[in-house]
Amino acid sequence: MKVRLGDIELQNPVIPASGTCGFGQEMSEWFDLNCLGAIATKGTTRDARYGNALPRIAECPAGMLNAIGLQNPGVDEVIAIELPALRKLYRGPIIANVSGFSLEEYAYVSARIDQETDAAIIEVNISCPNVHNGGMAFGTSPEAAAAVTKAVKAVTRKPVYMKLSPNVTDIASIARACVDAGADGLCLINTMLGMRIDIRRRKPVLANTYGGYSGPGVFPVALRMVNQVSKACPGTPLIGCGGVSRAEDVIEMMMAGASAVEIGAANLQNPMACQQIIDELPGVMKELNITHLQDIIGVV
Amino acid sequence: MKGKWHIVSNERIAEKIYRMTLRGETEGILPGQFVEIAVPGCYLRRPISVSDIADDLLTIIYKTIGEGTARMAQMKSGETLDILTGLGNGYNLAKAGKEVLLIGGGVGVPPLIYAAKQLRQAGKNVHVVIGFNTKSEVFGEECFTALGCQVSVCTMDGSYGVKGVVTDLLHKPAPFYYACGPLPMLKALLRTIGTNGQISMEERMGCGAGLCMGCTIETKDGFKRVCKEGPVFSADALKIEN
Ligand SMILES: Cc1cc2nc3c(=O)[nH]c(=O)nc-3n(C[C@H](O)[C@H](O)[C@H](O)COP(=O)(O)OP(=O)(O)OC[C@H]3O[C@@H](n4cnc5c(N)ncnc54)[C@H](O)[C@@H]3O)c2cc1C
Ligand SMILES: Cc1cc2nc3c(=O)[nH]c(=O)nc-3n(C[C@H](O)[C@H](O)[C@H](O)COP(=O)(O)O)c2cc1C
Ligand code: FES
Repeated sequence: MKVRLGDIELQNPVIPASGTCGFGQEMSEWFDLNCLGAIATKGTTRDARYGNALPRIAECPAGMLNAIGLQNPGVDEVIAIELPALRKLYRGPIIANVSGFSLEEYAYVSARIDQETDAAIIEVNISCPNVHNGGMAFGTSPEAAAAVTKAVKAVTRKPVYMKLSPNVTDIASIARACVDAGADGLCLINTMLGMRIDIRRRKPVLANTYGGYSGPGVFPVALRMVNQVSKACPGTPLIGCGGVSRAEDVIEMMMAGASAVEIGAANLQNPMACQQIIDELPGVMKELNITHLQDIIGVV
Repeated sequence: MKGKWHIVSNERIAEKIYRMTLRGETEGILPGQFVEIAVPGCYLRRPISVSDIADDLLTIIYKTIGEGTARMAQMKSGETLDILTGLGNGYNLAKAGKEVLLIGGGVGVPPLIYAAKQLRQAGKNVHVVIGFNTKSEVFGEECFTALGCQVSVCTMDGSYGVKGVVTDLLHKPAPFYYACGPLPMLKALLRTIGTNGQISMEERMGCGAGLCMGCTIETKDGFKRVCKEGPVFSADALKIEN
């Protein structure tokens, strides 16, 4: 079940996605994290953040909306407390997810993570609004995405994976811009902007009105985007994410072009989802005559 | 813990209120904790308080609100449910003195039943004040009475018990209390008898297991997840006065 993300070997392709496993502590109450391929930690910003007002979760027929608003304890506490605690629980590769609201913030947080932790990969969430540019998300223009990539690459020698937003018309051009700016790999997709309305109260369900849609409903979209990006950026390792809920979905995502797979909403439905998917993978591989997962990456 | 539970009974006990008893692994489940029920056909689990534990039986009492609870109400004995148990901190019953007060409003009553059972076992004098909108919605009184608690019931419209809200029946000085109910009741409670108690909170949840930060409230002690550091909070830590 081994796969590679650049120079880093994972024992299997299954990674809990950022924001759906905290910093590992709570998930470790449900199973031994050491079965995971890697773990992606909660998006970290310069300062501690509470996030958005409640309610910040809404259910959908095939998934959910979240508008957490990047609640996290800030990079100092992440480095001093959360990452060392995770290291005690988990020996495998840690993917540190970094967020920011300005180029300076991305660079600052990435530089701190670079120097002070043994995170294997820096994953950069560019779905955040740029406060210096009318709140437009960095991930929605090739120029802004490239600028964040350059800013982060300038401060770290760790592999940098840009995590792409699906809320764009041409994902391939954004992906290309990140790779041309030096990204070592890409992770896609983040959540799709959505909303729900409480029809009795005639009000949005989320206090923030809009939130990110994820879960099985986004799987076909994520698959399509991974496939497009794998064609546009041959040779760049991709982490596929979006709606993956079972071992078959992992295989499908890898056939579309992903070298590894992140699992998000499924963890919220079932905190043991990642472990179950890892347990089911060998059986599904056998059924499909797959000896090495590495062989199916991007076959479609 | 994640487990498969067998429905033993599921019956209507008041207007839109159902009591479901399930068989499974009850070891270690505490009063004030909740469970997360995977309802077939719903994406997210439904958080429901533990209302009683007896041997290998778990009892929950729930109100039909929307799709999830409506589907639960349709389920029959013999069917199974996938449930996460042992969630949240639970009440710290050691804080109770010889006299102790339980205050509940509507579907805030269920978690107090298991708390009352343990408090009675510990030899406490348990005073229960519970409030509902109207007679048809009243439930739980006989459970508390059977445990040997002193129970007062009130309804907003006076159709059963005392006419009014729970705080009409409360006055200072009050013994240490455990409370659960709608936000307006909790606010009135703090105004009437102060903060010498523990309050069980309710928020929309993603995971119920501390993974997603979906349920975080701001307290006087910082940001706390209702599903993990809660749902029970020291009344003086809450920022709900207004
Ligand atoms: C810790 C805790 C303990 C609870 N204990 C009880 C109990 O013992 N008895 C009882 O009747 N109810 C209890 N509730 C409320 C119960 O969770 C909701 O009534 C239930 O989730 C509604 O689901 P639905 O599908 O019928 O409603 P819908 O409105 O269709 O649900 C849509 C979504 O919103 C969520 N939701 C809706 N209302 C609430 C609410 N009030 N609180 C949290 N999430 C909500 C649902 O879980 C679901 O994700 C508790 C809630 C919490 C957080
Ligand atoms: C509750 C929640 C919180 C999230 N927080 C983050 C975050 O902090 N940083 C990030 O890059 N992505 C975050 N995401 C996005 C997920 O990592 C993932 O990209 C997305 O949910 C799609 O995968 P899924 O369909 O498997 O959930 C979050 C998603 C959820 C549901
Ligand atoms: S509901 Fe996910 S952290 Fe509380």
